[in-house]
Amino acid sequence: MKGITVPWILTIVAALATLPLLTASNVVLNFLIVTLLIALVAQGWNVLGGYGGQYSFGHAAFFGTGAYVTAIMQMRYGVNAWAAFAVGIGGGALVGAIIGALTFRSGLRGSYFALVTLAFAEVLRILASVAPLTGAGVGILIALDLRPQAFQFQSRAPFYWIILALVGVSLVVVRMIEQSRFGAWLVAVRENEDAAKALGVNPTRVKFAAMTVSAAITAAGGAFYAQYYLFIDSGIAYGSWISVEALLAPIVGGVGTVLGPLLGALVVKALGELTKLVTGDTPGLDLVVYGGVLILIVAFAPNGITGLLTNLRGHFMRLRARALGRSDG
Amino acid sequence: MTQFSRVSRRRFLQSTALIATAATTGLVNAPAVLRAQGAPVKLGVLHPVSGALSYSGQQGRLGATIAIEEINAAGGIKALGGAKIDAVLGDAQSTPEGGNAEVEKMNSAGVAAIVGGYASSICLAASQTAARYDLPYVVDVGVADNIVTRGLKNTFRFGPGFGVIAKTALDNLVALNDQAGKPAKTVMIVHEDSLFGSGLAKLLNAQLPERGFNVLETMPHPTPTRDFNNVVLKIKAANPDIVIPADYYNEYVLLARTMQQQRVRPKAIYSVLGGAASSYKFVKEFPEAAQYIMDCNHWFDPRNPKALALRKKVEAQGQFYTYEVYMNYSGVLLVADALQRAGSAERAKITAALESSTFSGHVMPYGPTKFVNGQNTGAAPANTQVLGNDIQVILPSTFATAKPVFPMPA
Amino acid sequence: MRASFYAALAFCGRMLSPIILVPAVLNGLLTGAVYALVALGLTLIYGVLHIINFAHGALFSAALFAAFFAYRLLGLDPYIAAILLTPVFFLLGYGLQRFVIGPAAHGEDRNILLVTLGLAVVIENTLLYAFRADTRTVNLDYAFNVIDIGVAFLSVPRVIAFGVALVVALVLWLILTLTDTGKAMRAVAKEKLGAELVGIDVVHIYAVTFGLGTACLAIAACLLLPTYYVNPHVGNAFVLVAFTIVVLGGMGSVTGSLLGGMFVGVVESLSGLYLGESLGQIGIFVMFILVLLFRPSGLFGERA
Repeated sequence: MKGITVPWILTIVAALATLPLLTASNVVLNFLIVTLLIALVAQGWNVLGGYGGQYSFGHAAFFGTGAYVTAIMQMRYGVNAWAAFAVGIGGGALVGAIIGALTFRSGLRGSYFALVTLAFAEVLRILASVAPLTGAGVGILIALDLRPQAFQFQSRAPFYWIILALVGVSLVVVRMIEQSRFGAWLVAVRENEDAAKALGVNPTRVKFAAMTVSAAITAAGGAFYAQYYLFIDSGIAYGSWISVEALLAPIVGGVGTVLGPLLGALVVKALGELTKLVTGDTPGLDLVVYGGVLILIVAFAPNGITGLLTNLRGHFMRLRARALGRSDG
Repeated sequence: MTQFSRVSRRRFLQSTALIATAATTGLVNAPAVLRAQGAPVKLGVLHPVSGALSYSGQQGRLGATIAIEEINAAGGIKALGGAKIDAVLGDAQSTPEGGNAEVEKMNSAGVAAIVGGYASSICLAASQTAARYDLPYVVDVGVADNIVTRGLKNTFRFGPGFGVIAKTALDNLVALNDQAGKPAKTVMIVHEDSLFGSGLAKLLNAQLPERGFNVLETMPHPTPTRDFNNVVLKIKAANPDIVIPADYYNEYVLLARTMQQQRVRPKAIYSVLGGAASSYKFVKEFPEAAQYIMDCNHWFDPRNPKALALRKKVEAQGQFYTYEVYMNYSGVLLVADALQRAGSAERAKITAALESSTFSGHVMPYGPTKFVNGQNTGAAPANTQVLGNDIQVILPSTFATAKPVFPMPA
Repeated sequence: MRASFYAALAFCGRMLSPIILVPAVLNGLLTGAVYALVALGLTLIYGVLHIINFAHGALFSAALFAAFFAYRLLGLDPYIAAILLTPVFFLLGYGLQRFVIGPAAHGEDRNILLVTLGLAVVIENTLLYAFRADTRTVNLDYAFNVIDIGVAFLSVPRVIAFGVALVVALVLWLILTLTDTGKAMRAVAKEKLGAELVGIDVVHIYAVTFGLGTACLAIAACLLLPTYYVNPHVGNAFVLVAFTIVVLGGMGSVTGSLLGGMFVGVVESLSGLYLGESLGQIGIFVMFILVLLFRPSGLFGERA
């Protein structure tokens, strides 16, 4: 499968960009903003986990760093919100580099790698819950200032376009990785690290680079979260909820594909809304249905949504070929 | 379960936001009344009923829905032609994102106001979103001071913030200590490490020395904490006169039980927003551990017959009469009063009515309501003590139902 | 400023005294034993199935509810209830693996992850839906009994829990070493394909392992109930620590889990003592990271 090309990505993004012009519903816009935010965070995870095969359980470490750096820069040092956003991404990438350097050098793989990332995220969460810099238990509230200069907007639409742009960039970046030699190395490491090494690929360096890119993308999501909700604390920034969201969407959507995280985020979030609608107000029931459907999705789409679509396309092609073949005889 | 299903299963329609629920017009069947009944007023009821805070959320929802039922049963909002209140229930799922999404839906559904939130982090996000639509938002519990210092015109907090709570707690502690001849000097604080615990501990640490107390140690702990043995060990070793816990229910119970087990008995256990210290559930289930524990917390007015009637109603349903219940009950009554005085379901008018509210038909010991920058200035916590397997109010003396026992008998 | 610094130093000095240190270490050992029991289930499941069981926490909550209702409805003391609940939960675990997780996952690791995640959500929220969010506790007379050994008061239920955890670990170890099923489990853990080729029913072994893991949770729940509480979210607090122990002790190692559990319990206790309960939690994870960076197969595991 060739994969989705950049012109197609731009078309999809452009189509999605028209949405605020078609609907005035803030319910829908908010839903999409949250979905795109998860898609961004998930895309970060996908670079390392989907393409690199290194499943991380601790992507909260990057999300939270992006969020906190942005918030601290603004509230403690009076830095402009947009500059703080950029620094937040940088901070996340730095944390990714550090964790990558430590873990990959020790040769940690598979479940060990996954659990050590979880441990790093937890360490950061605990530190953030006691350190005065991050506001300790009280958290950080970014001052309300509804001006574009402060990266806050009266209407939801600008937030939507910004997160859409970020997602678009991440899609293009991942597509470019997919097409590049680096991408080939990454996939080689995923498929068989020792064989890749034998062929001259440096797995440690490749994984390290992937981790840094992955962290930067996820950190962008974290920084955006801080600007959108204006309040973060250690549980929100570094909590396991975001680590789970980060891996749930790509696996459901299809790991190692460009559109997988986006599709997965859409499906997962839409499922959440649907179950709430269908089950009414009884606490817990909607989530029971949600969990059940999740299991069913995995059972029937083991390669994610993109896998399902590929299969369907294959079926369709075969049917078409058969139909065409029959027309001769 | 009947409680919830009775209130609203029309969520499906409301959520799709396509149908503006038509006015339920129709002539009332009593011959004397000739006016058409007013269209129902929608009220958003937002609580974390699933996720980590689900118990408190469910209790909050209970209080709010009981209030709505009572209002409707008594004829609805008279100034709006007897319009009933339609509850639009929302599950904040114990996260700010969840609360935010629900506010958007409630706004789409055309609610006139929103009550609830419970957790400060949820209240912060939800009230901010509500402010975009000039939607009045009444905070039920959330004690963080910054909820009402953001300059948002739509946000009202009926109960006290932790600045007031800390000050009241200390005033009362000094009063109790002085009254007993100043037996207590040293203090240890045990607090949960998120917003309310940390915020409170900071204030206490600043103010206790000024009042003549020596803080030996401040011990934060996470929620959840699996084991308090070490905390209790340190308390035992340092032997403070007073232990001040500020926790959620489960941790408080564990702490109290561990203290009982390790035979640690300070001169007083004086909680501030102690999760179980003023909880009937705790007293019922662990009477020995609960004896003599004091709390400075949200509490209802024990002389108010409405409060006592509500208690009977709640306990008849097999639930405990917890602060989330009566604070939400009062919050809904407050909004209903505002609707009545505004004579309209328009958001701006409701906000104005709240700003000028002098409502006293609530069940809290606050006196008439007065909002200054969104904070009800009369709101204050009360001091309780567990005496004789029941919770008594010991301060302020105007509401007290018993004399304090301080220090605890050995 | 300087005064508080000296005060802090004096305080630390006070903390090093055996009066606090010894009870803290003993507490850590006792708590660690329960952690070990929770981790035992997880390590078995990881060792044989090579999956990280996201549903472990929710299953633990379910086990606690079961123990609670055994007391409330059947009047069974938790220690007696363990005898009833162990086989029940074994069957539950067996069924889950055989009929839900296995078939749904099609053998892919990442899918197993999602399925167990989905299961966790389903179980936790079924508990929430069925039993509401109220915290339940049992108030047993002996729950507050202590054994006074001079340097410390040891809570009786926790000492019992310690003893039972040791016994369970021993029994599991015996099962793994001496019984045919146990040997089959070890074979599958080491080399699944080879085990299949010699005729071992891998699907069945997987299910048995999961069942054993869940049964351990049932026992742990009964041991914990006298001193803890029950609500739908309660199991989550133990999962992270359990994962830490599994890795530290070496995935699949019963001895590793037991010793690792007690080690982690002591580390948690001491770091809580010196750094405070909030920051002290970092002790476990920092140690975890250090062990993984320098000895990835864990303290007792085989070289990866």
